[in-house]
Amino acid sequence: MLKMVVCIKQVPMVSELPWDPATGTLQRDLAEGMMNPACRSALDAALRIKETAGGEITAITMGPPMAEEILREAIALGADRGVLLTDRKMAGADTSVTSHTLARAIEKVCPGFDLILCGFSTSDSETAQVGPQLAEELDIPGVAYVDEIEVSGHTVRMQRHSDNFLETLEMDLPGLVTVTTGRYFHRHVPLGGLQAAFAEADIVSLDAAAVGLDPERIGVKGSATKILNVYSPTAGKKNIVLTGAPKRIVEQLFERFDDKIGGAIGQDLKMDKNSK
Amino acid sequence: MIAKKRHIWVFGDYRNYFQNRVTLQLLSRAKDLAQKIDAEVCAVVFGHWTDEWVGDALSHNPTFCGVVGEYIAHGADKVYLTDHPRLATYSVETYTLLMERLVKREKPEIILIGATTFGREFAPRLAKRLGTGLTADCIGLDINGEGLLVQMAPSFGGNLVAEIVTPERRPQMATVRPGTFQEIPHDYVRTGKVVKVPLPKSLPTDRVRLVRSERCPQREQKLEDAKVVVCGGRGLGSKKKFAKLFELADLLGGEVGATRPVVYADWADHDALVGQAGKHVRPQILFSFGISGAIQHTAACNDAKFIIAVNKNPNAAMMKRADVAIVSDASQICTTLIQELKRRIR
Repeated sequence: MLKMVVCIKQVPMVSELPWDPATGTLQRDLAEGMMNPACRSALDAALRIKETAGGEITAITMGPPMAEEILREAIALGADRGVLLTDRKMAGADTSVTSHTLARAIEKVCPGFDLILCGFSTSDSETAQVGPQLAEELDIPGVAYVDEIEVSGHTVRMQRHSDNFLETLEMDLPGLVTVTTGRYFHRHVPLGGLQAAFAEADIVSLDAAAVGLDPERIGVKGSATKILNVYSPTAGKKNIVLTGAPKRIVEQLFERFDDKIGGAIGQDLKMDKNSK
Repeated sequence: MIAKKRHIWVFGDYRNYFQNRVTLQLLSRAKDLAQKIDAEVCAVVFGHWTDEWVGDALSHNPTFCGVVGEYIAHGADKVYLTDHPRLATYSVETYTLLMERLVKREKPEIILIGATTFGREFAPRLAKRLGTGLTADCIGLDINGEGLLVQMAPSFGGNLVAEIVTPERRPQMATVRPGTFQEIPHDYVRTGKVVKVPLPKSLPTDRVRLVRSERCPQREQKLEDAKVVVCGGRGLGSKKKFAKLFELADLLGGEVGATRPVVYADWADHDALVGQAGKHVRPQILFSFGISGAIQHTAACNDAKFIIAVNKNPNAAMMKRADVAIVSDASQICTTLIQELKRRIR
């Protein structure tokens, strides 16, 4: 039986962010969480494989305790079980350390896995690095930015757009793919699934010690990269406000910015003094 | 004995015009950074028939030809080159292995890789194998007072930028978003050093097999590449008023974009959607008419150099992030602007 692992992440719901564009501060703890869209596509890809070729799906996530919500969502959609990696020591991990943590946990809870599926990127940090680094950490072949997956026996065939090429690739399992949002769509949670997710959900929660992780190699402590500063690129931008009658506003706009507008369109927009 | 100069490496992706441009942009920035830490700029090229490659039509350096010539002309002091039939198509696995060996031998201080699809899969695997840090899709690079590479990484659709360093591990690695830096003009009398690196004798077979690879026809990117974009939202009031934007865009030689509500209301085609699920624009000037500025939309506008927004509501998010915020009726301003432009364009 095909053993699949889907790595998912809870991200802040971007449209609901308690977000102050003036200061660029973001109260992430107040933000409502959702399953990262590309992770849902990865889960959908796994569910389709399960529907045609059979298999079992383990959904795994690393995050704060509330990330359990998306494991329940994954189970409601058809995953067989959920694994939550949660520990304060894991917080602040960069992509390399995240992939290390996930790899050790997958080896522990899902030994002999066949196929690992990840979303190609997350909507919060947008690195697209965890998938490829997880493949590296597990020393298995991996293909990123996959649009379509087909499993036959122990071989996966994949299609993807890579730069200006449309590629068809193959690898033998075990292997890892990161899935784009192009072809795999989000399905609705079936009612029966909801029951499964809340009544008899198989969810285990593991901390660093339970996975057997070295505290020096995880979280902010183990990360090679350090964040110096976070800012909003639009904060502090000069914001000129024009008000009044439309005609006057447009005149002012040209008085002050005719060079700028003219430069962009390759025209001299200065008014001839004579024609005024 | 003179200590070996530090190295800044640029991965030399030359496959297509677009990827090659990214390489040239990185060489240009690497040159600036190299001055600050007194380093050499090196390009690393893996490929096949690299000497027959023709980049710029003007490329005719008497000493250096092909890819090597192109990169020396654009700022590389040294080019590491492995040219072999095995490298005729790019492979993440093979390239990671070759790069890992070369890095361990030469110990560069910094490695910059274009944030192409290939680069964004290749760089993480390489960084992992080297046990170092990597910052994704940077939109700025600098050297700080401690001589560290400061990597500006966007997140939340460009609404936040994090400044990231790799304090201890080496090399410091970043992938860089195409278009972030300006390439420097070529100089075909420039010289540099070429270091030919042979392919290792025991190169394992790729575990990922490329079954088929077709060059896709270059998609037309009118909206994405437009120098002027005129975007309209629900605040314009009606389909008829929205249609006026096309007249304005024509006068400005620009393209028309739309928000999701406008596309849903069928005032504009889905092709015109500017947003996280639509097109990302990066014009010199963005005109924004009657758009409140939902984050999915603004995320796709962050690369606009100059934003002129019109909205009755001065507190709309789009108005707050605009360079010029016009508090007025969007449709009226559009009409007045058209009249004024007609007077001024001769």
